[in-house]
Amino acid sequence: MIDYNSKINDSIKNVKPSGIRKFFDIVNEMDNVISLSIGEPDFKTPWHIRKAGIDSLERGKTWYTPNRGFMELCNEISNYMKRKCDLTYDPKSEVVVTVGGSEAIDIAIRCLVGKGDEVLIPQPSFVCYEPLTIMAQATPVIIETKIENNFRLTVDDIKDKITDKTKLLILPFPNNPTGAIMEKEDLEAISKLVIEHDLMVLSDEIYCELTYGDKKHVSIANIEGMKERTVVINGFSKSFAMTGWRLGFACGPKEVMEMMVKLHQFCIMSAPTTAQYAAIEALRNGDDDIAMMREQYDMRRRLVVGSLNKMGLTCFEPKGAFYCFPCIKSTGLTSEEFCTKLLHSKHVALVPGSAFGECGEGFVRLSYSYSLKHLKKALTLIEEFLKEL
Amino acid sequence: MDKLLKILSENSNYTTAQLALMLDEPEDYIKAQIKEYEDSGVIRGYQAMVNWENVPDAGVMAIIELKVTPQKEKGFDEIAEKVMMFDEVSSVYLMAGGYDLALVVKGENIQDVSSFVAKKLSALEGIVSTATHFMLKRYKEGSIALVDVEEPTDGREMVL
Repeated sequence: MIDYNSKINDSIKNVKPSGIRKFFDIVNEMDNVISLSIGEPDFKTPWHIRKAGIDSLERGKTWYTPNRGFMELCNEISNYMKRKCDLTYDPKSEVVVTVGGSEAIDIAIRCLVGKGDEVLIPQPSFVCYEPLTIMAQATPVIIETKIENNFRLTVDDIKDKITDKTKLLILPFPNNPTGAIMEKEDLEAISKLVIEHDLMVLSDEIYCELTYGDKKHVSIANIEGMKERTVVINGFSKSFAMTGWRLGFACGPKEVMEMMVKLHQFCIMSAPTTAQYAAIEALRNGDDDIAMMREQYDMRRRLVVGSLNKMGLTCFEPKGAFYCFPCIKSTGLTSEEFCTKLLHSKHVALVPGSAFGECGEGFVRLSYSYSLKHLKKALTLIEEFLKEL
Repeated sequence: MDKLLKILSENSNYTTAQLALMLDEPEDYIKAQIKEYEDSGVIRGYQAMVNWENVPDAGVMAIIELKVTPQKEKGFDEIAEKVMMFDEVSSVYLMAGGYDLALVVKGENIQDVSSFVAKKLSALEGIVSTATHFMLKRYKEGSIALVDVEEPTDGREMVL
């Protein structure tokens, strides 16, 4: 009998399993569930982008690409970063194409921190930063963002958490699950602190194309003195509705990128070839698609946020991504109780806020990446549920 | 295109409060705008998209191609306006190409439609010929699928 416990790396054993796995096991077993839980675009990848992938397959382009990604794609990424964020990256040395933004986050963390280092992770946020930090032998230090600050990260939130071991700040904005964005003034203040303490920043900007209202996304790499301290993570999944193609990228200082390419080379070889061909087309001719999808998301966002507020679930106005994060404290239920009851009585599935960090307790995440018809139906059921509570 | 019209043309079943939220306009403005469209004839009506396949004894439908002799002064309008007066006719279009008018006709059964073509339609002055095509199955109408197909978003998985 093999004692597998002794065979398995302690680090992965120390990673907490996702607390909501049980909840979604129930969801998956139920029929006719109206889900508002999924965090990916409901749009199909625009046809011309799919066509570029198909064309490449028809031409038999099925080999590995260079480790860093096709030069043509790195060039387009560099153009895109200039066009959208006014950031200049050398395609030959400051860009790497990865398997989704997720891989980019993983290799960036592994290249930047190790044993004894502390990583500042704002929460509520996407679930991967903490486990990946633990796997890199570093220590996650959680920073809670607060609803009274519209879930923005403030200097005051960070200040007390910095020690002489702090090495990296994760900046996950526009934010999943809250929909919060950072504004230039916030970033300037945080940058001062980052420079003062000689930290690096991992800025996960996967939702950068999806901001609503007058405020466009600003990258912290745009703030003076920050480009050389920031690894920007981005990708095609959310902007171009390309989740299944698994393609992302990172841009940053060439010394860091060199290490990331080295790690990427050994664990991945190269990102999917077909997806890279499609991505070249996306970056060249996809801006109109983004605008169309953004407008649709915006319409849904207003409908959902307005309706939730009307039915008494206070919801701060999300300015980015495609989620809203209503407060359910008024019901007296915990996030998980709320979601479980809603699921059983109305067959509507939301994600408990606690899935995104302890401070997400008291909130639920609702994705509006669904058709208007679907959203309308779900909202009616949520309203009925609240009345029956 | 006007966003309000686009939404209503896809689904008219929103409350004005919902439309106001979606379009970021005051509800009163939405109400006034809809009234204006109705008064000016831009919006001509609202109807449910019924899947008659699922309704017992719902009858049959046919597309009829008509070749007609255009009338002096009024061209095709006169005959088209006569044809549209029949209750059996649900749609009338003037066409470019091999024939002049296309009609969508509803009847209780095939005989019913045949008799309409033979006795009422062909009897009209100016009709040169008719070609009747009975519909076997309706898959999609007015941008709405009438058969159960996989929703585009089915198959998305929860991958938190």
